[in-house]
Amino acid sequence: MFDLKDLYQEVIVDHNRRPRNFGALPDADRKLEGFNPLCGDRLTLYVKVAGDRIEDIRFDGTGCAISVASASLMTEAMKGKTLGEARKTFESFHEMVTARDGGGRGAALGKLAALAGVRDYPARVKCATLCWHTLHSLLHGGAAPVSTE
Amino acid sequence: MSAERSIHRTRPRPGLDAERVRADFPLLAQQVHGMPLAYLDNAATTQKPRQVIEEIERYYREYNANIHRGVHTLSMRATEAYERARSRAAQFINATSAQEIVFVRGTTEAINLVAQSWGRSRLQAGDEILISAMEHHSNIVPWQILCGQTGARLRVIPINDAGELIIEEYERMLGERTRLVAVGHISNALGTINPLDRIIELARQRGARTLIDGAQAAAHTRVDVQALGCDFYAFSGHKLYGPTGIGVLYGREALLEEMPPYQGGGDMIKVVTFERTEYNDLPYKFEAGTPHIAGGIGLGAAIDYVERLGLDEIAAYEQELLAYATEAARAIKGLRLIGTAAHKGAILSFVLEGIHPHDIGTILDHQGIAIRSGHHCAMPVMERFGVPATARASFAAYNTPVEVDRLIRGVEAVKKVFS
Repeated sequence: MFDLKDLYQEVIVDHNRRPRNFGALPDADRKLEGFNPLCGDRLTLYVKVAGDRIEDIRFDGTGCAISVASASLMTEAMKGKTLGEARKTFESFHEMVTARDGGGRGAALGKLAALAGVRDYPARVKCATLCWHTLHSLLHGGAAPVSTE
Repeated sequence: MSAERSIHRTRPRPGLDAERVRADFPLLAQQVHGMPLAYLDNAATTQKPRQVIEEIERYYREYNANIHRGVHTLSMRATEAYERARSRAAQFINATSAQEIVFVRGTTEAINLVAQSWGRSRLQAGDEILISAMEHHSNIVPWQILCGQTGARLRVIPINDAGELIIEEYERMLGERTRLVAVGHISNALGTINPLDRIIELARQRGARTLIDGAQAAAHTRVDVQALGCDFYAFSGHKLYGPTGIGVLYGREALLEEMPPYQGGGDMIKVVTFERTEYNDLPYKFEAGTPHIAGGIGLGAAIDYVERLGLDEIAAYEQELLAYATEAARAIKGLRLIGTAAHKGAILSFVLEGIHPHDIGTILDHQGIAIRSGHHCAMPVMERFGVPATARASFAAYNTPVEVDRLIRGVEAVKKVFS
């Protein structure tokens, strides 16, 4: 039996209650919507890129605690990172929440490891990865809204 | 009157004994996350009693054969069982005859059949189809497709804040171009029981056809299509303690006679040459290909089962459960009921302030409580109430007040996680 506390860790509850970097970014040079049609989670991601670096990143929208906390933690982790670092973190994060053993990546992900618990909840993995897929698409020039389905 | 009373006192009408009903459902006797399962997702699908499971198994073990064609013993047995199920379905909803019962995959296919067979051959540009704002996607999308094909127009009858259809608006919207009124009997997202008598009567006065989506009703209230006076009525087996993949479209015989076939193939024909085909009689004209024989037989067993329990007894019992759950839910701070119609089926849809329904669903699951969270295939309803999703507990004959208590305690536990 999985312990519920592995999923709803304090850090997740906190980021859900007080999401960081929440609200539109007026001088964003890119923005993209992410949508999970199964549960109605919706977020908009705003990014300002300077050269090869994510200078600023914010989000808004509605969703479950997992999706809001994941987006909040992601924006915190990605601010100031290079595009290459962002891609690598996306891959590690994805592995952490989908691989059976977590891909052994948790330790390298810092605070993002708080979301490792979702791998025991297959129905909730998309909640955690929606913001990441949206970021990935955004950084690769995607213009069409990202959908989990 | 006093005599009647004394009869009641001495011989109380036996109500439904949910504990005895539970004993018929093998699946319910299991633990989830170390807790006894409280299955409260019956609007999505109901569990199956052993009487249904055993009948399906008996078919496969003892008389599996194709129907309507073999002269051998097994084929005749299978045909007889399948056609008996049709007759049972006809009696169940009080159709005039078994010819009015078309077996389909479920309510969704039934509605699509009417849209494509009746609708496509009858409707013209400018004609209007009325649906309500509380419909399931399966009673929206088939009409949108039909409108795209014919140029007909889909219009939506509004609902009030309680989730009730606004009958005065409906009356205003009914016009000369209204060809069809298609509404749900009971709303899956809100629980609202629609006033079908009035809806159908008004439609008939204007010469419009009526289709009732009975997916949420068949297991919970008595259905009498002749008393209702509807033209079409659809329901699914799997929400009626029967198997998935089988359902019923009831259509008035005269209408079905006029309608072209839905699909072509075996069993729906009398004579085929390369020049022309003569279609089979009702209802086989609409049943191309080998059907879900085991499903039909299982549905027959499910109908026998609910008839034994008694639809009136089921309805009365579920109303008690709903009243009990509603009162307890209203006492939870920060809980908002979505769907507060005066007449409701046993569906409790709600949201919690600051907590997303999916988190409610996951945390309740951890306590062995199965509910549905999401938009319930009724996105326009969610939009109407300004919520992205709701949590929904939906009850059946085997649910108990103890399970309601666990749901309420579970919701309090959800709040604690986020406090």
